[in-house]
Amino acid sequence: MKIHQISLFAENKPGHIAAPVRLLAQEGIDIRSMYLADTQAYGILRMIVSDWQKAARVLEAHEFIVKVTEVLAVEVPDHPGGLSDVLVALEGTGINIEYMYGFPYPVGDQAILIFRFADPDAAIAHLQSAGIYLLASDELLKR
Amino acid sequence: MKMNSILETGVTDCHPASAPDYTPIEQLRELQLERLRAVVARAWRQVELFRARMDERGLAPEAIHSPEDIAKLPFTEKSDLRDTYPFGLFASPMKDVVRLHVSSGTTGKPIVVAYTKEDLDVWTSVMVRCFAGCGLHQGDIVQNAYGYGLFTGGLGAHYGAEALGATVVPTSGGNADRQIMLMKDFGVTAICCTPTYFLHLIERAGELGVDMKELPLRAGVFGAEPWTEFMRWHIESASRVEAFDIYGLSEIIGPGVACECRRHQGLHIFEDRFYPEIVDPATGAPLPDGTEGELVLTTLSKQAMPMIRYRTRDITMIMPGQCECGRTLRRMGRIGRRSDDMLIIRGVNVFPSQVEAALLQIEGTLPHYQIILTREQGLDQMEVQVEVTPHMFNDKIGALQGLHQRLQGALDHVLGIRVRVALVEAHTIERSQGKAKRVIDRRAS
Repeated sequence: MKIHQISLFAENKPGHIAAPVRLLAQEGIDIRSMYLADTQAYGILRMIVSDWQKAARVLEAHEFIVKVTEVLAVEVPDHPGGLSDVLVALEGTGINIEYMYGFPYPVGDQAILIFRFADPDAAIAHLQSAGIYLLASDELLKR
Repeated sequence: MKMNSILETGVTDCHPASAPDYTPIEQLRELQLERLRAVVARAWRQVELFRARMDERGLAPEAIHSPEDIAKLPFTEKSDLRDTYPFGLFASPMKDVVRLHVSSGTTGKPIVVAYTKEDLDVWTSVMVRCFAGCGLHQGDIVQNAYGYGLFTGGLGAHYGAEALGATVVPTSGGNADRQIMLMKDFGVTAICCTPTYFLHLIERAGELGVDMKELPLRAGVFGAEPWTEFMRWHIESASRVEAFDIYGLSEIIGPGVACECRRHQGLHIFEDRFYPEIVDPATGAPLPDGTEGELVLTTLSKQAMPMIRYRTRDITMIMPGQCECGRTLRRMGRIGRRSDDMLIIRGVNVFPSQVEAALLQIEGTLPHYQIILTREQGLDQMEVQVEVTPHMFNDKIGALQGLHQRLQGALDHVLGIRVRVALVEAHTIERSQGKAKRVIDRRAS
């Protein structure tokens, strides 16, 4: 259920996002999703890629500061209320969402939400018991 | 007799060359006075500049009756070496000079220092005493990563380690990968280099998958730049190295003026060869032991280029009391800063070592950093760039912002002025191959 997400530190300057992305392309690594959390001076580039181990190795070899974290991918219908069902399932459980971001499917009317929880195992248990479908890593990459 | 007194103190890590370290104090003071009178007489006879300054003050070499009389003598400044470039302060004819070293000046002309055969022997003897005090001996394999050449560090440490009976690997500076390979393949037990270069080697070894803790390397003799207790902690926790602080400067002899013993409670000054004083950097007035000020050194047996009351610009103190190791040599505190390093930012005195202390306080390890000074609309601006390390990095933006704020707060607090903190990507600040370039001052332009 847990998906490996790659995060890297980037200064907020022209070309600083392009460099790691180009590097992954050269290595034949596919970027499934990408999200940039930024401030005025720097940002964190978060990515889910086809081969996280290779991506981490390649980026580190090129002196990027990389962190691998486990996140959950939730499939929700891409219409009003889709996200709300997920959040309701977590209400009152004391489970804190560190951050989240979403991206639509290229086809169909589904969206995928990526969640970073402080305690992913507890989150899995609650979401699954509420009947919310969590994507496995290979499923996410296949689509 | 000297060896007997060593045995009485119960010292176990003693090398025969260390005997002068244990000279009874009265005997040491007599020896200092005798040598001081001789060196002053020699400088007065042979060095025009010194004689002229003595004449101005109406002083003759006979004016020295006790070691304290040294305070009557004129100071020698680094500018005196520049002004008399190249050979103006030599007290020996060139036929007796067997070696010249050159210290690069950041501004203007370099300075030249000269050695007779006897001077080199003294230099080697003090370096042997340094290494012996660090617990090194025959059988140790010493990798000497100080630069060989015009810089005194390389050859000074080289001859000292050889005379000790150790096996010397003269790698000189640079090429970290080869340094690490040789260290590993030869089973090197001790290294000599600048502390920042050793930090660079630790970092590089990690990248190459070499665990420093698994190497037989057990001692590091680190000098040629100021460093901190926190760097010692960092070095000693990332390797099995016992870190020793060594002090010296070309103008006096090179490395080997003072060095820590295994108690690590200050650096023993080889007082039988170098007479230390602490003075007020502003007025030049002598200060008592235990008070911080500028270190002033007089060479007691230098032939080719005696230095009388040389202003080192290094800020330290002479520590009161005797070391538990039994040496009678007085100790000086670690050099934390130089009066030259002081930056004046919007009228406030700032030392790079304060920045380092603030960063260490927050991070627990020393990240690579650089201070950039600029002038914007007539006002000095100080930016501290800090490289993000894997240890600092977090995928949560709030955590990074928190770190940023903690760094900002610690720097503002320690320095007393508002500085700008910038988190920058790894390996974007130039790595040191020798002395660290911590400050970039763009205010002049």
